[in-house]
Amino acid sequence: MSNCFSGNEAVAYAMKQINPDVMGAFPITPSTEIPEYFAQYVANGEVNTEYVTVESEHSSMSVCIAAEAAGARSVCATSSCGLALMYEMLYVAASCRLPITLACVTRALSGPININNDHSDSMGARDTGWIQIYAENNQEAYDNFIMAMPIGETASVRLPVMTCMDGFITSHAVENIEFLDTEVVRKFVGEYNPENYLLKKENPLAVGPYDISAYYMEHKVLEAEAMKAAKARILEVADEFAKISGRHYGLFEEYRMEDAELAMVLIGSSAGTAKAAVDQLREQGVKAGLIKVRVFRPFPGEELAQALSKTKAVAVMDKSEGFSANGGPLFAETRSALYDLKQRPHLIDIVFGLGGRDLKTEDVENIFARLADIAATGETGPVYTHLGQRQRRK
Amino acid sequence: MLTNDMVEIRWHGRGGQGAKMACMLLAEVAGLEGKFVQGFPEYGPERMGAPITAYNRISDKRCSIHSNIYYPDYVVVLDETLLDSVDVCEGLKEGGAIIINTPGSPGQVRAKLRGWAGKVCTIDGRRISEEILGRNFPNTPLLAAVVKISGALAVDRFLADIEESFKHKFAAKPQVIEGNMATLKKSMEEVQVG
Repeated sequence: MSNCFSGNEAVAYAMKQINPDVMGAFPITPSTEIPEYFAQYVANGEVNTEYVTVESEHSSMSVCIAAEAAGARSVCATSSCGLALMYEMLYVAASCRLPITLACVTRALSGPININNDHSDSMGARDTGWIQIYAENNQEAYDNFIMAMPIGETASVRLPVMTCMDGFITSHAVENIEFLDTEVVRKFVGEYNPENYLLKKENPLAVGPYDISAYYMEHKVLEAEAMKAAKARILEVADEFAKISGRHYGLFEEYRMEDAELAMVLIGSSAGTAKAAVDQLREQGVKAGLIKVRVFRPFPGEELAQALSKTKAVAVMDKSEGFSANGGPLFAETRSALYDLKQRPHLIDIVFGLGGRDLKTEDVENIFARLADIAATGETGPVYTHLGQRQRRK
Repeated sequence: MLTNDMVEIRWHGRGGQGAKMACMLLAEVAGLEGKFVQGFPEYGPERMGAPITAYNRISDKRCSIHSNIYYPDYVVVLDETLLDSVDVCEGLKEGGAIIINTPGSPGQVRAKLRGWAGKVCTIDGRRISEEILGRNFPNTPLLAAVVKISGALAVDRFLADIEESFKHKFAAKPQVIEGNMATLKKSMEEVQVG
């Protein structure tokens, strides 16, 4: 067997190894291959998943919600406008505390229509109550998907999990990967045994009814507490996963941060490109490092602040334009997290990579040069800028 | 053959000619041989005949860079007509090579390469493919040529491993395996270096 697979193949293979009860399936570029590969597994009898084809992503998420509420483990994959069309149902899934697993293959949102990668789809869903875990490459996409259910289904959490990988860059690129044995995966993921579910005849219940003001707030606070509790569970599952795989994961990855004075904070495949640039800079004696945020929800604010506390200047890289007029979502979270530090680094936000605009190692080196200037002069300059766009003709 | 740690290849073709498939196949075979690889096309609106680009990185260490390749060691051109519209030599490293699908010789095609002074290799992929496979599939001949010219993989082992891949890929139509293998071998013999 080949040892090189694309991110989409890897996630479809993880799904096959898990053999979930239900898949809500609707195609959209670049996630289409996931339900496509999975349909082959179903047709070949390699899984006994109920494969439900529907007419929209709103419906595929609704299928997952209904199935999960009934007590069945359900999965789904989507991208871009597909995720946007699920928006209403994402909240329903999270607030009903249904630990569905969704593979989000990140892609720009319309308009203008564009099929390439950025994080505007997943970032748009960041406040829906879903746990969000991002992958740098195909290996992490596979690993994160396998860790998703033990995180989401645990009693202290009970939240849906979105595992995100970069559209095309990760989903369609073939790279080396190490798969775990199916037996090992099945044992790690275990069975889904919720205490209460629709089809439990001894304990009939309603899922998703109207909540009057006297109860709604209590439910929302419980949901918020679950999200806080998820942090510890994510780390616990990562430790268990390291035992079966030898691969270690945290809330974020610190790369050459030991004595870093200049740092970059970013998410996804671009972190890999930036690592190569950091290596170059280190060879030149620049104290550069980076932090790759893996878990965006729950946001590891305190841990991130601690990790950045010794730096002098930091560039936060947003692969989505939040239209806040005050910087992108990763910047907003990071800057907020740093507020409680007594000594804070200078912080800038760079929005990059929209609609598939490539990030090169040279770009990263230039940003570190800017950070070196900021650290030397103490002058931050413009805080919120964009990278790589052509200038309007004067 | 370059001696740096990583071989980077950029493919230029037109939608439908199989540049992506050759790129993926090269990655798969190199992976079987214990290399760390990347194979990825540049996606856009998919149209038959539109210029497309695909990339390979082949290395002894895992490469974390996930940008396109701007300074390739080798450039492969599946369609000679692209030379008029695309600067295929852009960023091509000194000491690298360009491999072009053309009935012409390296000397004849060099004039179209906008001043590229390095190695030029040519192969008549169309004729070889039509003679052996009965149809024009330029990707197989060009894949063979780039493997031979780059030295990224040992030829004998490449041929053995790709045959295994073909057996898997063409499980439903094993009759095409022999032709594809013959095409690869013939192309390795015929590629001209100038």
